[in-house]
Amino acid sequence: MNVQTTTKPLPQAANQSKLATADCDIHPQRNNDKALHPYLEQRWIEHMQMFGSRPRQAYQAGPAYPKGQPNASRRDAWPAGGRPGSSLPFMREQLLDTNNCVLGILNATGDNGQSYQNREFGAAVCHAMNEWQLHEWLLPEPRLRGSIVVPYEDAEAAVAEIELYASDPHFVQVLMLSRTSEPPGQKRYWKVYEAAAAAGLPVGVHAFGFGGYPVSGAGWPSYYIEDMVGHAQSSQSFLTSMVIEGVFERVPTLKLVLIEAGFAWLPSLAWRLDKIQNRLRAETPHLKRPPSEYIHDHVWLTTQPMEEPANRAHVLDAIDWIGWDRLLFATDYPHWDYDDPAHVLPMPLPEQKKRDFFLNNAVALYGQR
Amino acid sequence: MSAIVPGGIDCDIHPAVPNLKALHPYLTDHWRDIIVQRGMHELNSIAYPANSPLTARPDWRVEGIRPGSSLELLQQHALNPFKTSIAIANCLYGVQLLFSEDMGAGFARAVNDWMAKEWLDKEPRLRASIVVPAQNPEMAVDEINRVAPDKRFVQVLLLVMNDMPLGKRHYWPIYAAAQKHGLAIGIHAGSAYRHPVTPIGWPSYYTEDYAAQAAAFQQALSSLICEGVFTKFPDLKVVLLESGFTWLPAHLWRLTKFWRGLRMEVPWLDRAPTEIVKSNVRLTIQPCDGPPSEEMFQILMEHMDSDELLLFSTDYPHWQFDGEDVLPAGFSPSLVRKMMIDNPMATYSRLS
Repeated sequence: MNVQTTTKPLPQAANQSKLATADCDIHPQRNNDKALHPYLEQRWIEHMQMFGSRPRQAYQAGPAYPKGQPNASRRDAWPAGGRPGSSLPFMREQLLDTNNCVLGILNATGDNGQSYQNREFGAAVCHAMNEWQLHEWLLPEPRLRGSIVVPYEDAEAAVAEIELYASDPHFVQVLMLSRTSEPPGQKRYWKVYEAAAAAGLPVGVHAFGFGGYPVSGAGWPSYYIEDMVGHAQSSQSFLTSMVIEGVFERVPTLKLVLIEAGFAWLPSLAWRLDKIQNRLRAETPHLKRPPSEYIHDHVWLTTQPMEEPANRAHVLDAIDWIGWDRLLFATDYPHWDYDDPAHVLPMPLPEQKKRDFFLNNAVALYGQR
Repeated sequence: MSAIVPGGIDCDIHPAVPNLKALHPYLTDHWRDIIVQRGMHELNSIAYPANSPLTARPDWRVEGIRPGSSLELLQQHALNPFKTSIAIANCLYGVQLLFSEDMGAGFARAVNDWMAKEWLDKEPRLRASIVVPAQNPEMAVDEINRVAPDKRFVQVLLLVMNDMPLGKRHYWPIYAAAQKHGLAIGIHAGSAYRHPVTPIGWPSYYTEDYAAQAAAFQQALSSLICEGVFTKFPDLKVVLLESGFTWLPAHLWRLTKFWRGLRMEVPWLDRAPTEIVKSNVRLTIQPCDGPPSEEMFQILMEHMDSDELLLFSTDYPHWQFDGEDVLPAGFSPSLVRKMMIDNPMATYSRLS
């Protein structure tokens, strides 16, 4: 959650004695659209200036629900003269060095082209985001790896973008958002998963997005807190669609990472799906195994925002049920609900579990390239 | 399985309207004419396809009789074998799904009068929920006020998915009327299908539709809490029916964490969501989306953090369990007693 800031922050040097961490959800941000101009055709620069991005929501700028903090960010994450997440030197010092982060996965979310109503424009902006990531972040900083921003609502364009970076070791994941415009297990998206699997890349599904439908099956809630909490339910539906449509049967090497949607809800969903699918299996003969097995074999989850029960040890039960090899530590830097690796676990854990949680699981998933 | 105690209170059974014709005696001339003139179809929701395995247990299906529509079969299948002292009837005929508010109100009224005459008058163990036209809260309040003098109605029935999230101020007149009359609010699985049942559109499979009900309940609970329904109506009891319950702990951990970070947005919330649920929200036990082992189930019950949350239910005639295996293994005898008797008595003030 948001941190208290002092007027004179003490400089912190890299602390090599700290446990090394991998951070599986870092958000780089551009200061303004000009940052993308070097990577866009003149036509799209003019289009952007004239019409803007037009996602499926009401406002030209800003989110549908005003955030809890300016730019949804930590108050101490603003570099001089820029937006949070916009300065690599500032991020190096505040995040990478401080947390002894040896592997940081960038998820360039926000106004990134993925769900623009004008699909052709969206694809151009996605590509510009990837070039911007590569040149401004990944080439200068060897600890960072990128996620390929793809226009997933247009599978063919998404596949082209994946193939462009498939052999570039700076990119380790294909990025989607969880609020797709149709259930993501449906046929129109299969090519995206096939291309990711063929390239040996996990598909990371970050919470948020602009599918156009309300975040609840009962319509639009009133508050940002409901929208935020709703990412867990939205991701439950995402995963349900992937499992029940049989995507993991069709693409057996697909790896799915659910990012920033919580994780403690997963066991209950898996139990429910097992029970329902068993009862209704005449409807889904394409499934050869119980849903929980597909989930166990194909799904990873990032930890932030870590659930916090009153008895904090209860969250460890949830991790036991999911599997300690399936969680990937993440801070969500520079956002306000940042999880600090020094405080995120409720109690001391055996050394090996801790190393898996903070580093090894991520290295095993992303570090092979 | 855990053993039941005799004399339990079954908080979710589904007497079914056999067909529109059965409502004719309870409709005004106008609506009866409309049915004939417009050739209206049955108001059966896609939430329970007639021949889907979930819709009725195989041994509870009888050729030519709509599952749930026979009192005699209800007695034989559910009331007698489970040694039920009281069962609460939640009729799921799809009158809340109609787009016309007037038609919704006209048919809801008929369903309630049919329930009183065809079921409550004939079987003293039965109580019922008032079906209301949620399409229009003013009309819903009129129906509550009309039916409430009959004390055999113990609850107001809503579906979990309507035009708007249930916590919205739009629906508060319904909660005010329920609190005034000492009625609980029962929220049942199902949708008016005004929106896709998932935040990512209409799913391909019925399996997904039913799975999505649990997510809808999580969001309805967020809405009721965040909008301040329980601050405004502190005596209101909300019962989640056919909701599943194993999702509750993780959902409350997340909601309570975000409440701590975002209290400025909902300043009327004077207690943590976990505390509000303990005092005001109850859940029925079928379907039990439980873990594969008894040991895990017991850990989950610790996460629930209260023995007052769960209410016994069979969900008759839906197929959630086989034989008399209505209680999952892992409930202690004292918890079984609470679920089957004490908790329902404390929840439904009209039962005492």
